[in-house]
Amino acid sequence: MEYPDKFNQGISQNKAVHVYFSQAIPLVSYIDDSCLRLKENKCDICSSVCKTGAIDFRQTPRKTDINVGAIILSSGITPFDPSVKDEYGYGKMQNVVTSMDYERLLSSTGPYEGEVLRISNKKHPKKIAWIQCVGSRRVTEGDNSYCSGVCCTYTQKQVILTKHHYEDAECTIFHNDIRSFGKDFERFFQRAEQLPGVEFIRSYASIEKEIPDSKNVVVRYATSDDGVKREEFDMVVLSVGLNPPAAYKEISEKFGIELNSHGFCKTDSTNPIKTNRPGVFVSGAFQGPTDIPESVFTASGASSQIGELLNYRRGKLAKERVYPIERDVSAEEPKIGVFVCHCGANISSVVNVPSTVDYALTLPNVVYATDQIFSCATNSAKEITDLAIEKGFNRVVIAACSPRTLEPLFRDTLREAGLNQYYLDMANIREQCSWVHAKQKEEATQKAQDIVRMSVARASQLEPLQEFDLPVNKAALVVGGGIGGMTCALSIARQGHEVHLVEKNKDLGGMARRLHSTLEGLDVQAYLNDVIRQVYQNPLIHVSHEATIKSVTGYLGNFTTILETEGRIKEIKHGASVLAIGADEYKPTEYLYGENDSVFTHLELGEEIAKGNQTVINAESLVMIQCVGCRNEDRNYCSRVCCSHAVKNALKLKKKNPEMQIYILFRDMRTYGFREDSYREASENDVRFIRYTPEDKPVVEAAKEGGKDIIRVTVPDPILGRRLELTADVLSLAAAVIPTESTNEIASHFKVTLSPDNFFKEAHVKLKPVEFATDGVFLCGTAHYPKHIPETINQAYGAAGRVLTLLSKDTVIASGSVAKVTECDCVSCGACITACAYDAIEFRDTPKGKKAFVNPILCKGDGLCNAKCPTNAISLKHFTDDALISQIDAAVTHEDIIEQMDAVLEEA
Amino acid sequence: MCSGRVDLEFILRAFSNGQDGVFIGGCKLDECNYVTHGNYDALANTYLTKKILEHIGLNPERLRIKFMTGADGNLLAEYTDDFTNEIKELGPIGESEGMDENELKFKLEAVRKLVPYIKLVERQRLRVPFKSEEAYNKFFESSEVNRLFNELIVDKLAISQIMALLRERPLSAGEISEILGLNPSEVSRHLDVSARQGLVRFDKSQDLIVAA
Repeated sequence: MEYPDKFNQGISQNKAVHVYFSQAIPLVSYIDDSCLRLKENKCDICSSVCKTGAIDFRQTPRKTDINVGAIILSSGITPFDPSVKDEYGYGKMQNVVTSMDYERLLSSTGPYEGEVLRISNKKHPKKIAWIQCVGSRRVTEGDNSYCSGVCCTYTQKQVILTKHHYEDAECTIFHNDIRSFGKDFERFFQRAEQLPGVEFIRSYASIEKEIPDSKNVVVRYATSDDGVKREEFDMVVLSVGLNPPAAYKEISEKFGIELNSHGFCKTDSTNPIKTNRPGVFVSGAFQGPTDIPESVFTASGASSQIGELLNYRRGKLAKERVYPIERDVSAEEPKIGVFVCHCGANISSVVNVPSTVDYALTLPNVVYATDQIFSCATNSAKEITDLAIEKGFNRVVIAACSPRTLEPLFRDTLREAGLNQYYLDMANIREQCSWVHAKQKEEATQKAQDIVRMSVARASQLEPLQEFDLPVNKAALVVGGGIGGMTCALSIARQGHEVHLVEKNKDLGGMARRLHSTLEGLDVQAYLNDVIRQVYQNPLIHVSHEATIKSVTGYLGNFTTILETEGRIKEIKHGASVLAIGADEYKPTEYLYGENDSVFTHLELGEEIAKGNQTVINAESLVMIQCVGCRNEDRNYCSRVCCSHAVKNALKLKKKNPEMQIYILFRDMRTYGFREDSYREASENDVRFIRYTPEDKPVVEAAKEGGKDIIRVTVPDPILGRRLELTADVLSLAAAVIPTESTNEIASHFKVTLSPDNFFKEAHVKLKPVEFATDGVFLCGTAHYPKHIPETINQAYGAAGRVLTLLSKDTVIASGSVAKVTECDCVSCGACITACAYDAIEFRDTPKGKKAFVNPILCKGDGLCNAKCPTNAISLKHFTDDALISQIDAAVTHEDIIEQMDAVLEEA
Repeated sequence: MCSGRVDLEFILRAFSNGQDGVFIGGCKLDECNYVTHGNYDALANTYLTKKILEHIGLNPERLRIKFMTGADGNLLAEYTDDFTNEIKELGPIGESEGMDENELKFKLEAVRKLVPYIKLVERQRLRVPFKSEEAYNKFFESSEVNRLFNELIVDKLAISQIMALLRERPLSAGEISEILGLNPSEVSRHLDVSARQGLVRFDKSQDLIVAA
C-alpha cells in the first residue's frame, strides 16, 4: 500500500514503512500511522520478513521523566496553508503549488528526483509564476498581518535554481515590495532579476481560473502602464509565509509562556531569547519570522543564557569520546579503500557511479571500492569504519563533495577505524563534476574517474600527522562597548570568565546613545544605563576607555593584545576575541544636507524629537527620503533599519502633532516581520507613502513660501503619473548605515576578512554567522551588517555562546598540516621567513649553523614558504611536493598520452 | 593551502606531462583567506612562468590565473569554459608550436633544472614592492622586467640546456648551436662561462666538448 509522502508534500507516494527522508538522522526506517496493522489490525508482512526482528507491534507509548535545569523552545514555524482560502485555488487546481511544494520539486531527493514537473501531466512547466505575500501582509480573515521576511529571497533562490535547471524557463514574479534587507540580499535580488526570461512585476495578483483542458492557470494582475491583465501560466507557485508552529497554543500552555497576538512567543526587546518564564528560552523562528543566520545566532545565544544559569554544572554529563588506538601502518604498502557517493541523486543522476567504482578497482594500491547512497549518513560512516577494519586498508578516498563541509566527519570516521585521520583524501565529484556537467553524462563520468585517479595517487603519498593540544587562556577580549559588546561581555562574565572590554570613546554605549526608542517601544536610554551599570558592577569585566589597539599577536586560545588606553599602554592576554565595533551613520552629500538647517538624518530627527525641538514637532509638513547613500553603486546594500526608523519617527510625530503632514518617499518599504504592523498603523494615521525609483529620484530645493523658508521636494507619482510638489518644513534623510572608520585597521590587527561592502565577513553567511574564518575571533552587532537593537542583542548572546564553547575547554587542537624543515637541506637563505606573514618561522642556531625553524602553533598551513624555498628544505605537511606532484602526474593517464601520440602520428 | 603554494615546478611538471593548459584559481586579490596575500605570489609566479614559456617557444596563453571567492562557483565554471575553449583552439602543446615531443621535454627539463635558481633571483630581483594588481601588471609588463629576465634567466637557461645536451653525449660547439638554434658566438660565450665554472671541458682526444 502506498500513501502520500508527507516529506515530499504529498506529491509522491511512500509506504507506511519508510525512511523519513534520505538524509534523516538516524537513517533508519520507521512505521507511520498509515500502517494497516496499526489502523485495522490487518497485515503483518513487515515483521515477518524482517530478519533481525526489529519490528515489534507490541510496543506502546512510554512516558519518561527527564530532569532539566532549562528548556529551549525552538519549535520553528509552520508554513502558511493556502487551502484555508478559496481564492488561492490551492488543492483545487493541480498546477497551483506552494513554495514548499516547489522546494521539494527542485530537490534531487524530491518527488521527481529533481525534475520540476507539472502535477497534472508530468511535463516541465515553461511559464511559471510566483505570487508573493501569500498569507502575509494582509489583514483579511485567515491571513497574517505581518511580513514573513524570508519569502522575497527564497523566491529569488527558486527562480535562480529553476533557470539553472531549465534555461528556457520563463519566470514571472508578482510582488509587492522587494524586501532584500539581509546581508548580500540586494546583490542576490539583482542576480535573479538580471537573468534572461525573468520578470519581476509589482502588482497584486490573483488566481482567476484553471483552463479545463490544459490545466493551465490564469493569473489576473494590473500594471500602471497596461491596467488589468490576464496571463496564462503552466504552473503557479504561491510564496507562502510563515505561521507560528501548529501547536503554538499547546506549547504556550504546557510551558507556561505567553504568546504575542500573532501566536509567536512573546519576547522582550532587551532579550528576545528570554520568555516570561525564567528558565524557558526561545530560539529560531518561534521568536517571529526569521532567516537561517538569525536562527543560528539565537540558538547559540540561548545556549549562552543557559550557561549563565547552569554554568556550575557544565561538563557534568559529557562523556569523553574514546577512539581506538591508532594503528601504525607506516611499514605497510598503501592499501586504499575508495567510496563513491551517489549523494542521493546529486552525483548519480549524472555520473555513472557503478562504473566509477569498477574503475577505482583498477587503480594502483586500491584494494577495495564500493558505492554509497550518502557517504555522510551515520550508517555509511559506520560502514567505512567497519570495512576499513575488515579489509585492512590503511588509506581512504571518499569520492563525494567538497571537503569544505564534511572532511571533519570523514576524518573522524578514519579515527574510529584506528587509522590516522590524515590518511583521508576527498575527491570532489559533485561541485566540480556532476553539478557542472549535468548535460554531459558520459564526459562527466570520465572526469569523475580522472578525479578519483588523482585522489588515489595523492592518497598513496599521504603521511600520518599528529595534531597537538594547546592550552586555552580563559579570558575574553571584547572590542567595542556598545550594546552588542556589552551584552556579549556580560554573558561571558556571568559564566565565570574574565572579560576585557575595550571602548574607543570616553563612555560606553556606542550608537545606542543616540537612539531614544525602538519601534517596539523600548526606552533605549533607560535600558542602556542599566546595561552600563551592570558592566561596571561586574567584577569580572575590566573596561578600558579611550582605547586604541596597537597590536594583536598569538593564536586561538592564546592572544596577546597591546592597547593604549587613557594615555598608557596595557597588555592583555586572552583566549578569545569578539569584535563588536559597530557602524557609523553616512553623512549625506545630497538633498541639501549640511547646507540647510531643516535637513536632518533619521537618527538626528529622533534626537530632536526626544529633545523636544519645537520647530520639528510643530512643523506643518515633514518629508522623509529613504535609501540615502545606499542601494546605489557606491553601496550596493540595504541598510535594513531605516524603513522601520522612518515609521517609528513618523508615528512619534503623529502622536505629538496629529495635524502634521508626513510624507515618506521610499523605494521598497522593508518593515519586515512584526514591524509591518507599525507600517500599517502609520498608513492608517495618514502618513503618506510615495514610491520613487532610483532613476527618478526626488528633487530637493530650498525656497520661500508665504514669507517662510521651506524645502520643496518634487517626486514623480507613479500612480497619478505626474510630478508631485511637496512643501516641507523639515526634511529627514534615511542615511545609510556604513562600516565604522576603524574597520580596516581592526580587521588587519585580528587578521579577519571583510565583505565587499566592508562589513566584517563571517565564516559562513548562514551557518557560522558569529564567527570569523580566523580561529578564536567572533563578531556581533552592526559591524557584521546593519541591524536593529533586538537583533544585535540576539547576536551578542550568540557570540557569547561561541566564545564559551572555546573558553570552557582547557585545550584546543591545532592542525597537523603545518610546515616542517629538513635541516640538512636548509641553506639559511631566509626566503621562507620573509614569506611567512604569521611570523611562524625563525632562524635557530644548530650545530650545523643557522637553520629555519617552524613554530607549528603559529603556522596556518598556507604553504607559501614551501613554494619559495629553493632547496625544498621546508615543506607543508599533507600538501607535500610528493603528494601534489603525484596528483599532477595522475591527471594524465598513460593511455591518454599514447592515444594523443597516435593521433598526432595519424595526422602526420 | 594557498594558491601561492603552487610551485613553479608543478606548472612545468604538468606541461612536461603533456597537459595543453594549466589553470590556477586563487582567492580574489586583497581578500586573502589567510593574512598572507599569497595570491599575489601566485600572480607573480604566473607572469614569470609565462615569460619562460614564451622564451622557450611555447604559447604563454597556455597558463592562466583567475581570482574568485569560494562562492563564485559560476565564475569558476565560466573561466574554465573560456580557458578550455581557448586551449582547444591553440591545439596540442608542442605540436602547435612546431616542436616535437622530445624537444618539448628537453626544453622544459632544462627549465625545471633552473627552478631553485629562479626562486632565488625572484626573491632578490623580481619582487614587486607594493601588493596591488595594478602594480603587479605594470611591473611585469615593464621593459625593466624584460631586461632583468634576459640578464638573470635567459643565459642560465641556455647553459642549462647545453648542460642537458652534454650529459647525453659529447658535442662540438657547432652541433650545440645547431641543436639549440643559438648563434655560434652565443654558444661559445656560454661555453666559456661554463668552462670557467668547471661545468664543461674540452676533450682534446675527441675534439668535442664534454660535461665535467
